[in-house]
Amino acid sequence: MSIRRIRFGLVVAAVCAASVSGATTSAPSPQPATSEDCLSCHGDAGARRADGRSVAVDAARVAASIHAPLACVDCHADAGKDLPHADRLAKVACGSCHDDVAGKYHDSIHAWAKEKAGLVGAPSCAECHGAHDVTPHTAATSRVYRGRVPATCGACHAGVREKYDAGVHAAALKKGASNAPVCIDCHAAHATARTDTDAWRLRATAECGTCHANVVESYRRTFHGKVTSLGSARVAACADCHGAHDIRSAAETTSTVSKARLVETCGRCHQGATERFVQYDPHPDPSDYSRGAVLWWANRFYWLLIPGCFGFFGLHSALWYWRSSHDGERS
Amino acid sequence: MTSAAVEAPPEAPRASECGPAAVDDRVHLARFDPATRRLHAVVMATFLGLAATGMPLLFSEAPWARALAAVFGGFHGAGLVHRFFGAALLAAVAWHLSNVCYRAFVRGERGLFWGPTSMVPQPRDVADLYAQMKWFFGAGPRPRFEHFAYWEKFDYWAVLWGTALMGAAGLVLWFPVAASRLMPGWMFNVALFVHGAEASLAIGFIFVVHFFNGHLRPGKFPMDLVIFTGSVAAGEMRGERAAEFARLERTGAIRSFVVADPAPAIVRRGRIIGAAGLVLGLALVSLIVYAVAR
Repeated sequence: MSIRRIRFGLVVAAVCAASVSGATTSAPSPQPATSEDCLSCHGDAGARRADGRSVAVDAARVAASIHAPLACVDCHADAGKDLPHADRLAKVACGSCHDDVAGKYHDSIHAWAKEKAGLVGAPSCAECHGAHDVTPHTAATSRVYRGRVPATCGACHAGVREKYDAGVHAAALKKGASNAPVCIDCHAAHATARTDTDAWRLRATAECGTCHANVVESYRRTFHGKVTSLGSARVAACADCHGAHDIRSAAETTSTVSKARLVETCGRCHQGATERFVQYDPHPDPSDYSRGAVLWWANRFYWLLIPGCFGFFGLHSALWYWRSSHDGERS
Repeated sequence: MTSAAVEAPPEAPRASECGPAAVDDRVHLARFDPATRRLHAVVMATFLGLAATGMPLLFSEAPWARALAAVFGGFHGAGLVHRFFGAALLAAVAWHLSNVCYRAFVRGERGLFWGPTSMVPQPRDVADLYAQMKWFFGAGPRPRFEHFAYWEKFDYWAVLWGTALMGAAGLVLWFPVAASRLMPGWMFNVALFVHGAEASLAIGFIFVVHFFNGHLRPGKFPMDLVIFTGSVAAGEMRGERAAEFARLERTGAIRSFVVADPAPAIVRRGRIIGAAGLVLGLALVSLIVYAVAR
């Protein structure tokens, strides 16, 4: 972040220096086009290119963006040589400044879809961040501001957004919980990956634990939790029982973990699960008597038995060793 | 301390063998029959296998958990091997119990459930423990033990009890849907907890206490080969199990226990298997200590 700030500062400084030197020296030409040059055409709200698509640029929006200090040609590098420039220009390479982010994006499923699978609608930078009106993610007006992320992603993933809006996390976000998860918390903003891999499923559980630490701790006591921490994703992780986008409170009958639906939910893996089967506690706590008296007593019993056994026989062995060496017994 | 010696010996000696008899200290006396040695070998192999394949799951967040599971082809491989060894151990224990019943009720063998050669704890074990404590503190002579000392009986019953409990819990975890016809689902939580706690106890007990009492203590170090060869030198037995030795001498039955010295190949095999078991067991215990202490 700070490196990018410094680089941003250098770019701004270079732009200023260039404009100052441009003013003081009387070098003949070719001078790169200034933003004013560009706006002399693109500032016209009715500017269109040959195929009829608008090429108008709202100078006020650029001025309000975080890139306001940059000149048009800093991004549209091939536009400034000869005016008027060629019909089609190269795509803006945000990565020439934001190379760390570009690297993450390059390995993401969005880049794969756009560049390898030919899904032209898949997003690159501008689809999420905007183009001339880029604002920092901390600004409430930004498309990538936390509260607006679901809407931004939902522009393409409409079905997922609908589910998300019905879940507890969207409700918390609407109530103003700034730490309520939005799309990018689980899926990552730039390194968005396939969700059907074991690695992704296992990482998602850790992500749930960043807020629900005690719940994941109790899950780790179960067979499910132990198997997933060994790196196998063939048993239930958080989302398999709770759902992913449309997680609801267990108190709601529509929730996959409501009493009404437990047999169905457990039965997805455990064919033949019954009402008795689902009395299993997927988040046990042996120190909590109210969660299960038998487990509590078993825990108590072994906390006496194990130290008792090792204590007695440890002492027994130590005394035996001491006595035998004292007596000089050798094999 | 010799009161138990008045019990009748398991096999009544023939008339010609009656009366005091002496054997040379160097001759070997039979202690474990082949079936017992085979049972120990199966228990030893399956116990090591169960510990090595179960520990990755019990200590799933330890840094070595994935590597240990990878030895068996990852978690699923370890799970398969664990179930195989579990079934084998249950089969071995079932065979042992039916063999005990056969010996007691079909062959009419006496002394299995009570008496000097029985594995059942009895008053003399309490007296032996007390005498052993006195000996530890230099307040008395070394107790005169019978066929099985109290710590050997504890080993036996701990393994039997542990196998029954962990086997039952293991089957519940193996077949949870079927088990739910017999018990509510929260019993799976209890089963997993008990399986893990009993495993910790068993691993620690076998690989530390049993190893010390049976093999590593002064007088036995580095290992006692009797469970691998089946026989023990008469001189060693006289010191170890004075009451049993005196009883066998008095009845004359001792002559019927004399066997040929174990063949060098048998001794060598015993050393290799025993050393491998000791090394593997102590290695597994080290991993647990590392995981717990971390």
